[in-house]
Amino acid sequence: MPAVSKGDGMRGLAVFISDIRNCKSKEAEIKRINKELANIRSKFKGDKALDGYSKKKYVCKLLFIFLLGHDIDFGHMEAVNLLSSNRYTEKQIGYLFISVLVNSNSELIRLINNAIKNDLASRNPTFMGLALHCIANVGSREMAEAFAGEIPKILVAGDTMDSVKQSAALCLLRLYRTSPDFVPMGDWTSRVVHLLNDQHLGVVTAATSLITTLAQKNPEEFKTSVSLAVSRLSRIVTSASTDLQDYTYYFVPAPWLSVKLLRLLQCYPPPEDAAVRGRLTECLETILNKAQEPPKSKKVQHSNAKNAVLFEAISLIIHHDSEPNLLVRACNQLGQFLQHRETNLRYLALESMCTLASSEFSHEAVKTHIETVINALKTERDVSVRQRAVDLLYAMCDRSNAQQIVAEMLNYLETADYSIREEIVLKVAILAEKYAVDYTWYVDTILNLIRIAGDYVSEEVWYRVIQIVINRDDVQGYAAKTVFEALQAPACHENLVKVGGYILGEFGNLIAGDPRSSPLIQFNLLHSKFHLCSVPTRALLLSTYIKFVNLFPEIKTTIQDVLRSDSQLKNADVELQQRAVEYLRLSTIASTDILATVLEEMPPFPERESSILAKLKKKKGPGTVTDLEEIKKERNSDVNGGTESTPVNASTVALPDSPLQGSLAELVTGPRPRPSRLNSSRLAIHNLQTGVPCLFKGFFTSESTPSPSADLLGLGAAPLTSSAPPPSSTGSLLVDVFSDSASVVAPLAPGSEDNFASPDLASSEVVSEEPADTVHDADELIHKFVCKNNGVLFENQLLQIGLKSEFRQNLGRMFIFYGNKTSTQFLNFTPTLICSDELQSSLNLQTKPVDPTVDGGAQVQQVVNIECISDFMEAPILNIQFRYGGTFQNISVKLPITLNKFFQPTEMASQDFFQRWKQLSNPQQEMQNIFKAKHPMDTEITKAKIIGFGSALLEEVDPNPANFVGAGIIHTKTTQIGCLLRLEPNLQAQMYRLTLRTSKETVSQRLCELLSEQF
Amino acid sequence: MGLGGSCAGWLMQAPCWLGGDFSLSEDTQQQIIRETFHLVSKRDENVCNFLEGGLLIGGSDNKLIYRHYATLYFVFCVDSSESELGILDLIQVFVETLDKCFENVCELDLIFHVDKVHNILAEMVMGGMVLETNMNEIVTQIDAQNKLEKSETFIFQSPRQDR
Repeated sequence: MPAVSKGDGMRGLAVFISDIRNCKSKEAEIKRINKELANIRSKFKGDKALDGYSKKKYVCKLLFIFLLGHDIDFGHMEAVNLLSSNRYTEKQIGYLFISVLVNSNSELIRLINNAIKNDLASRNPTFMGLALHCIANVGSREMAEAFAGEIPKILVAGDTMDSVKQSAALCLLRLYRTSPDFVPMGDWTSRVVHLLNDQHLGVVTAATSLITTLAQKNPEEFKTSVSLAVSRLSRIVTSASTDLQDYTYYFVPAPWLSVKLLRLLQCYPPPEDAAVRGRLTECLETILNKAQEPPKSKKVQHSNAKNAVLFEAISLIIHHDSEPNLLVRACNQLGQFLQHRETNLRYLALESMCTLASSEFSHEAVKTHIETVINALKTERDVSVRQRAVDLLYAMCDRSNAQQIVAEMLNYLETADYSIREEIVLKVAILAEKYAVDYTWYVDTILNLIRIAGDYVSEEVWYRVIQIVINRDDVQGYAAKTVFEALQAPACHENLVKVGGYILGEFGNLIAGDPRSSPLIQFNLLHSKFHLCSVPTRALLLSTYIKFVNLFPEIKTTIQDVLRSDSQLKNADVELQQRAVEYLRLSTIASTDILATVLEEMPPFPERESSILAKLKKKKGPGTVTDLEEIKKERNSDVNGGTESTPVNASTVALPDSPLQGSLAELVTGPRPRPSRLNSSRLAIHNLQTGVPCLFKGFFTSESTPSPSADLLGLGAAPLTSSAPPPSSTGSLLVDVFSDSASVVAPLAPGSEDNFASPDLASSEVVSEEPADTVHDADELIHKFVCKNNGVLFENQLLQIGLKSEFRQNLGRMFIFYGNKTSTQFLNFTPTLICSDELQSSLNLQTKPVDPTVDGGAQVQQVVNIECISDFMEAPILNIQFRYGGTFQNISVKLPITLNKFFQPTEMASQDFFQRWKQLSNPQQEMQNIFKAKHPMDTEITKAKIIGFGSALLEEVDPNPANFVGAGIIHTKTTQIGCLLRLEPNLQAQMYRLTLRTSKETVSQRLCELLSEQF
Repeated sequence: MGLGGSCAGWLMQAPCWLGGDFSLSEDTQQQIIRETFHLVSKRDENVCNFLEGGLLIGGSDNKLIYRHYATLYFVFCVDSSESELGILDLIQVFVETLDKCFENVCELDLIFHVDKVHNILAEMVMGGMVLETNMNEIVTQIDAQNKLEKSETFIFQSPRQDR
C-alpha cells in the first residue's frame, strides 16, 4: 500500500493548485493568487470561528503561495493557534508553517515557545518530535535560551523513545552550533557518549553527529568516545552485512554511521591504547581490502556507499599520519580512482590526494601519479575536477618536479577558466620562487606569466619579481636583458611595462654595452609605451627616466627634453606634473655626485614572508592553503627539497610605483620607514635636503601623510617595540628618531640652526620651538598617539621626547625619554606633570623626579605609573623647564594618555553584537559623527587603526562587509564600560560615519572624538 | 552547519523550497534557488555531481551536491562536515522513499503534496542535519502519520463544501 494515497488530503488545496497550473500567463497566476489571498484573509477575519480543518487548509494554501515565491504577510497568528490543537494534522501544519515562514525575531516567538514547551512535556512522541523539529529548523537564540537546558534531559532520559532521542540529539547539535553559550556541559555528556552503544542505529548516527561537533570544542570531555567509536565501527565493518538488517544499504553495512564514526575519530589523535589502536587499524585495513573485492552489485548506489566509507577511512589515515603502510595503501587506492570512469571518484581522489601529498610517508608515492594528474588537467571536461588537479599539482610540487609542474600550469593557464586564473597565477608565482634553483628560470616564468595572463597578475606578483631581482645580483643582468627583449613585443601588458621600467631603471646599465640595447634604445623603447599606460605606470616610468639620467649621462638632454615637454610639465594629473617638474629641476641643479647618491641603486629588501602567499591564503580562506603550507613547513622542508620560504618582503607594497620615491624616502627618512636600512653612512646625506630644499618640497607635501601601508606593515614601530630602553649615545638617538615613521625630522648638527628652517619641515609634524609657556598644540600630537603607544612625542633642535607605554586594564606605565640633542648640558632640568582638578579625580599619575642635569647627547628616562579611576576627557600636560646655555627654556606638551588606552578588546558573535547594540539604544548612549576622510580610505589600514585603538575588530558581523565593527571594554577603577563601535566608509563621498554606543554618555562622546580624528 | 539546511527541488517552472535556511531573507532564498538552478541545469551528464560553492551559498567551504532524475534536480548544499558520496546516497534514499510513499512518484505528486514531501524530508533531514537514512524506518514513520491523519480526517472533514 502506498503510504500517501492520492485521493485524500485537502480537496480545496488541490483545486487551487490545479488552477494555478492552468494559468496561461504570469499575470493570470498573480490574479488567481491575489484572489485566494483575499479569500483567506476574509476567512481569517470573519466572525465565524474556523474549524481546525479549515485553518489547516488555508495555512497550507498560504504555504504553497509562499513556495511559489510570493510574500506572505498574514496568517502567522492562525498558524500559531494550530500549534495548540490536539490533532496531529493541525499541529503538524502549524509547525510546518512556522518552520518555513516565521523569522526568528518575530514577536510571536513567545507564544510559539510556549506551545513547544507544552509539546515537549506532553510525553507524546509524535508531538515531541514535531516540537524538536521546529526548534532545530528555526534554531534561533531565543529558542536556544528557552530549551537548551531541557533537551539534554530528554536525550538521556531512560524512557525516551528512539525516534525522539534521535531528534533530540540533532536538535541539541543545531542549538550548539548557533548558540554554544546556551548549551551547558554537565553530567549528560558522559551519558551521551554511551549512546554510541545504543541498540538503535539511527540513535547512534544522530549521537555521533552531536558528539563529533561537541568533541571539536571540548576534546577532553568526550575522550572516552574514541574507544566506543572504534568498537562500534569494528562491529559494523567486520560483521556479515545481514546483521544490520535495515541499515544495510545496497549491500553496504550502515554506510552513514561508518562515515560519521570515522569523522568522529578524526577529532582525535591515534588511540593511545594499543588494543584500541590495533582494532582500528584492522578496521581500516578491512575497508581498504573490501575496495579490492568485486562489487556485490552493479548499481551506482552500491559503489557510492562503499566509496563514501572508503574515502572517510582514507581521510582518517591521512589525519593520523602515523602508519606508513596504510598511507601508501591509501595512496595506491586513490591512484586507482584517479583513472576511474566515474567523474565523482576522480574528483574526490584528487581532493584527498592533496592532503596526502603533505605527509612525509606518502609524498613520494603521490608524486608517482604526476602524469595522470597532468593528464587530468589537460583532458577533464569538468572545471571542478581541473581545479582539483591544479590544487594537487601545487601540493605535490617539490624541487624535483617544479619545472615540469610550473610549465604544465603555465600551459593550462592559456586556456584556463577565467574564474580560476588568478589563483593559478598566484600558485605559479609561488612555486617558481620557492623551487627556483636557477633564478633566470624564475624571471622567465614570471615574465611568461605576465605575457599569458597579465590581467590576472596581481600587484603582489610583480612587486615580488622586483624584490627578488634587486636582492640577487646574479640575476640582475639576465633580468634586464629579458625584460628588454620582452618589451620589444608590439603589444605588451602594462604589468610588463612596470616591471621593465623598474628593472631597466635599476639595472639598464648592465646591458647598455650591447649596441642593440644602448641607453638611447632602452629609453626610446620604454617611452614608446609611455602614452599607452595608465597614470601610475607613467609615474613609474618618469622615475625610471630620472634614474636613466644618473645611469646614462649621455642621454640626459634627451630625457630633459621629454620632461620639459608640455605634455609632462603641464600634465593635468598633478602627480605626473609634479614628478616632471621635480625631476627636471633635479637633473638641472644637482651635481653628478648628488645625483649619484640620490638615485643610487635600491638597497636589498629585508626578508619577509611572501605577500603572494598571504594573498593566496586569503583567497582560499583559512583551512585549505594555510593548513597545507603550515603542515609543509612543520614537516621539514626536505620533504620537498625546497628552501625555507625564500626572502620575501612586503615593503614594496607600500610604495611600489617609483624606485626613486623609495630611495628618496629612505634618504630623508620620509614617509617610508626602512629602519633596517638606516645606517650612519646614509645619514650624512640628510643635509642634501637643506641644499635643495625647494626641489623636494612638493615631494613631501604630496607624501607627507605617513604612508599608511608602511604603518600597517609594522615597520615603523619595529625598533621601538623592542623592550630594551633606547641606548643613550647620540648616534643611536638619531637612529631612534628616524625609525619613527610618523615624524619627519631633519637631523641637525648642533649649532647649525640657521639651516633649520628648511621648507619641508613646515609640512611635517615637527613643532618648532615657540615662545615659552605655550602648550604645543597638543591635540594633534595626542591624535598621533591614539592608535599607538610608542613614538616621538616632541622634538625641537634642543630636545627630543620619546614615549613608550603599555596599558593593561585600568593601569598603565609610560616611559618618557628626554634626549639632549645638543652638545651642551641642560641644567635644572625639571619635567612636571600637570593635571586639572577634574582630571586629578579620574586619573592618578605617579612619577619620580629625574636628574636635574642632562649631559649633551645623553638621554634620561622617566617612568609614569598611571591608574584610571573613572573616565576622563582631557589629557595631562607635561611641562619641562631647563636651562640651556644662558637661556631658560619652558616647554609644555600634552601627554597622550587617552581614554581608549584602557580598552580591552572583546570578541563576540554577530548575534551578541547586535543584541548588545540594541540594548544600548538610549539616545544618550549613542554618539555619531559624520566626517570627511583625512587619509586615503584603505581597508587594511582602517582595520589596523581600529585594533590599535584598542577594541576588537569583529569580522563578519556587519551585513555590509565594507563596514567595520568593533567591541571592547573600557576599564576604570570604579567601573567597566562596554563599548561598541561601527564605522561605515563611503568611498564615493570620501566620508565616514562613525557610531559609538557605550553605557555612558561621556565615554561615547570621548571615544567618538578620539577615533574620528584617525581616519 | 551540516547540510546547509537546504534541499531544493525544481518542479518544472515552479521552484520549490523544502526546508530552508531561515537566517536568509525570502529574496535571498529565491535568488539562491534561481542561481543554483542556472548552475546545475547547464551541466553535462557526465561531469561530477559536486559544485564548488560560490559566495551565494556561503563561500568555498560549502558545496552543491546534486542528482538529476528525468526532469527533476535534487540539490543539497552541504559544508565540509558531510561526506560527498554520503549525500549522493541520501538523495537516492529520499527519491526511493518518495517513490515508495507515492507509488511511482512523478512531478505532479510533488506539486500537489508539498506538505507531504516536506514531511518525508523532515524525517530524513532536520535543521540541516541528517536524521535518518534507513528507508524502512522513514516509511514506517510516514505510515504512522498517515494513519493519524486519516483517523482525524474521517471525523472532521466535510468534503462537499471543501473549497
